[in-house]
Amino acid sequence: MLNKYPLWKSLVILIAVVIGFIYALPNLYPDDFAVQITGARSSTAVDERTLERAVSSIEEAGFEVKAASINERNGLIRLQSAEAQLKSRPLVQSVLGDEYLVALNMAPSTPDWLRSVGAGPMKLGLDLRGGVHFLLEVDMESALEQRLEAYSSQIKRELREERIRYRGGDVADNNSIVLTFRDEAARAEAFNQVRDQYNEFVLDQRSPGEEEFELVLTLSEQEIRQIEDYAVEQNLTTIRNRVNELGVAEPMVQRQGRERIIVELPGVQDTAQAKRILGATANLEFRLEARQDAPSGATEVLPFRNEPNRTARLEREVIATGNNVANAQQAFDENGQPQVNITMDGPGGDMMNRATRNAIQRRMAVIFIEFRTETEELMVDGEPTVVENRIEEQSIISLATIQSALGASFRITGLDSINEASELALLLRAGSLAAPMYFVEERTIGPSLGQQNIDAGFMSVSLGFILVLVYMLIYYRGFGLVANVALTINLMLLLACMSILSATLTLPGIAGIVLTVGMAVDANVLIFERIKEELKAGMPPQSAISAGYSRAFVSIVDANITTLLVAVILFAMGSGPVKGFAITLCIGILTSMFCALLVSRGLINLTYGGRKVDNLSIGGKLSNV
Amino acid sequence: MSEVEKKPIDFMGIRKSAAVFSIILVVASFISIAVNGLNQGLDFTGGASVELQYDKPPELDEIRSTLSEAGYENFVVQNFGNETSVLVRLSEAFDDELAGRVTDALRASGDELDLVSSAFVGSQVGEELKEDSGLGLLLALAVVLIYVGMRFQFKFGIASVVPLAHDVIIILGIFSLFQWTFDLSVLAALLAVIGYSLNDTIVVADRIRENFRKMRVGDSEHIINESIHQTISRTLNTSGTTLAVLLALYFFGGEAINNFAIALIIGVVVGTYSSIYVSASLLIVLGVTREDMLVPPKEGLAGQEEEEEQPPEWLNRM
Repeated sequence: MLNKYPLWKSLVILIAVVIGFIYALPNLYPDDFAVQITGARSSTAVDERTLERAVSSIEEAGFEVKAASINERNGLIRLQSAEAQLKSRPLVQSVLGDEYLVALNMAPSTPDWLRSVGAGPMKLGLDLRGGVHFLLEVDMESALEQRLEAYSSQIKRELREERIRYRGGDVADNNSIVLTFRDEAARAEAFNQVRDQYNEFVLDQRSPGEEEFELVLTLSEQEIRQIEDYAVEQNLTTIRNRVNELGVAEPMVQRQGRERIIVELPGVQDTAQAKRILGATANLEFRLEARQDAPSGATEVLPFRNEPNRTARLEREVIATGNNVANAQQAFDENGQPQVNITMDGPGGDMMNRATRNAIQRRMAVIFIEFRTETEELMVDGEPTVVENRIEEQSIISLATIQSALGASFRITGLDSINEASELALLLRAGSLAAPMYFVEERTIGPSLGQQNIDAGFMSVSLGFILVLVYMLIYYRGFGLVANVALTINLMLLLACMSILSATLTLPGIAGIVLTVGMAVDANVLIFERIKEELKAGMPPQSAISAGYSRAFVSIVDANITTLLVAVILFAMGSGPVKGFAITLCIGILTSMFCALLVSRGLINLTYGGRKVDNLSIGGKLSNV
Repeated sequence: MSEVEKKPIDFMGIRKSAAVFSIILVVASFISIAVNGLNQGLDFTGGASVELQYDKPPELDEIRSTLSEAGYENFVVQNFGNETSVLVRLSEAFDDELAGRVTDALRASGDELDLVSSAFVGSQVGEELKEDSGLGLLLALAVVLIYVGMRFQFKFGIASVVPLAHDVIIILGIFSLFQWTFDLSVLAALLAVIGYSLNDTIVVADRIRENFRKMRVGDSEHIINESIHQTISRTLNTSGTTLAVLLALYFFGGEAINNFAIALIIGVVVGTYSSIYVSASLLIVLGVTREDMLVPPKEGLAGQEEEEEQPPEWLNRM
């Protein structure tokens, strides 16, 4: 029978619509403003009593508590407003003290039965909920240089152990180490030694002058890639650890491209603290003080951190770094001065022991390394240009005589304050960065702006939606009504898809939804116009419907595929806001095709299919032609 | 409506004047871009910006002098959305306290204000973004050319890419003329316009192809005119609904997406126009003929009448 769907097909559409409905539903339940309480250490769990204390402190301040619960080890207190949330956090923090971390959070209020089928609301982007966004760039040059330095000291030590005499061995430009030998035999020996042990290097033997035999070790392209990858991955891990130490709920830490990392911290307003902890490139190095007779090329003069005028001459060779630290705790020494107790990991302990056992009565320095970015304005080609200088600051925090061979555990004294000691301990615990990082982008969105954006977005979606509904109804009457139902289902499916994919909704994303609403009716308009034409040409209504849908099909597919192509390019090339827009546009195109070709057809079939029809309610004075 | 039904409007009759109009618009846009340049947003230039919310409308000049006294250089102060919010853009690089310092400096002059948002983009990042964006636009155009060329015919490919470039150039021209801020969201709008205008162009092209195969009489110009006539009410209806939602977005979507909405509104208007007058005129100029539209005859079937393209069989079963 013409224009009649078989039962199974109607059922398939119905099921798709029902599933769409269920998964879109959680978005109707707005997130609650909440404060989340977590133990500062993993051993500290939040118990009923702690939660009670927190709740009463909030209630005393005159804010209403919606609900308070403990999930696993965290406590969650739901509040009525953003203001209550902002003001409660410091309150709770001061009541509970340093043992707990209190963070702002948005708690979904999805009912249990929905949660049991895995449905949840869309995530809101930073521009809708407030927070900070950072883009950090990993300094690859210094990552490579650090690694080369490490190789260089290792190779030199091995050559000494093998009693092969060499000169130089410093890190040169273009990622290489140059060793010079007195004769060819020594070089050949070194060549074999290095070739067997280090396949990371491309070796090159050359003789720039008479009686000069050089061995050039250059990092292979593949190894450079690996070091870069390692640096970014290691930094990602470290940043995640640090973010966790900051106690931010639902943070996002993600790699972008070859050398950048995105960090998004919803709810955070104090960027200064976040930046200090995230970007802190503080690291430690342990080095021996230079002997009197040490050649000047192998030593370096560094100032003391507390007394910039005092300096000491140190060996360049590094015994161990903060990367070898397994644990670090802030504590106090006998005199009540802050100190950091450090436990090294296995290799770190070995290195420390090997180096100190032959250096008793010599002094060992603990060096604090910090990277900063300084900007200055220079005149380049007559134009003022901002130049970013990256500065590495090294200073000695302690220089102490080695009394006996050190092992895996020791302590560092000579720190300024308790704050400095605990921050150093935190940084050593969370892991140091494999390479320094610089902030290349930063955005802060206040919570009021977020709410404003949500309201504006909601307003424009609803208004646009209503305008389209009215337009279609007036112009196409009965068919317009069908198109409107299809459009409503389309919007619902779009939300459902975004929720299922747990896509992040941003302001440009909302703009994408609005645009989809406007454009989604296009397919229906195409079909309806075609049906009108066929009617005008004298076709009976049933055949006109059938012909309208099938003839418009090609146009619809062509038009949508090209738009989809553009949207995919937009997604692939775009960053941040553009991506949010592209993803809603892509999903919107797909759902609107589904709705126009199947849902609206199904509805028309239900209305007109399988019976004799004289008149179609499609607007215009056409049916009597 | 009824008169229109009997006699198609002579769309192509004014195509020469339309072509002149388009060329003038495009040239004017180029001149404006060359002379005024684009007012690039923070996303592309790099730098810092701070958005502040005042309790009562402040004097922008006072803010400027306060900031100058505080030692800032190269900054722009403007209202953002309404008269109580103020956007300060600085070319100075950001540091931890810049946003706070600007706020403090202004607070010191006795006004009540809050920090709404702040941003900093490194110049390197902006530079890369600019490159990527230009590349994205070109890539989008190239993909469209290839797809349409394959799906229809090469002349159609040209006839759909040129109007897209036309639309993009005119939007850029208008943005540079009024010195509206061109940022990432406007770029997204540009790409959306490409998608939208393409949609329009394809629908018209599709009908032209169909009519070339179906109509046995009349020259190309007549057939193209007829096709535009047949699709005009669809074109206007879709543009109408899209414009309606965009106006809603413009008036209620908030300051942050105002420029996005403007770019799209211009794009929809220009895109609708260009799908008729640029794309279709171009087909005539390129000399599209009935032969171009014939499906190449398969071997052994020579002489057999070409068939109208049918939707896939699965759809008919539905």
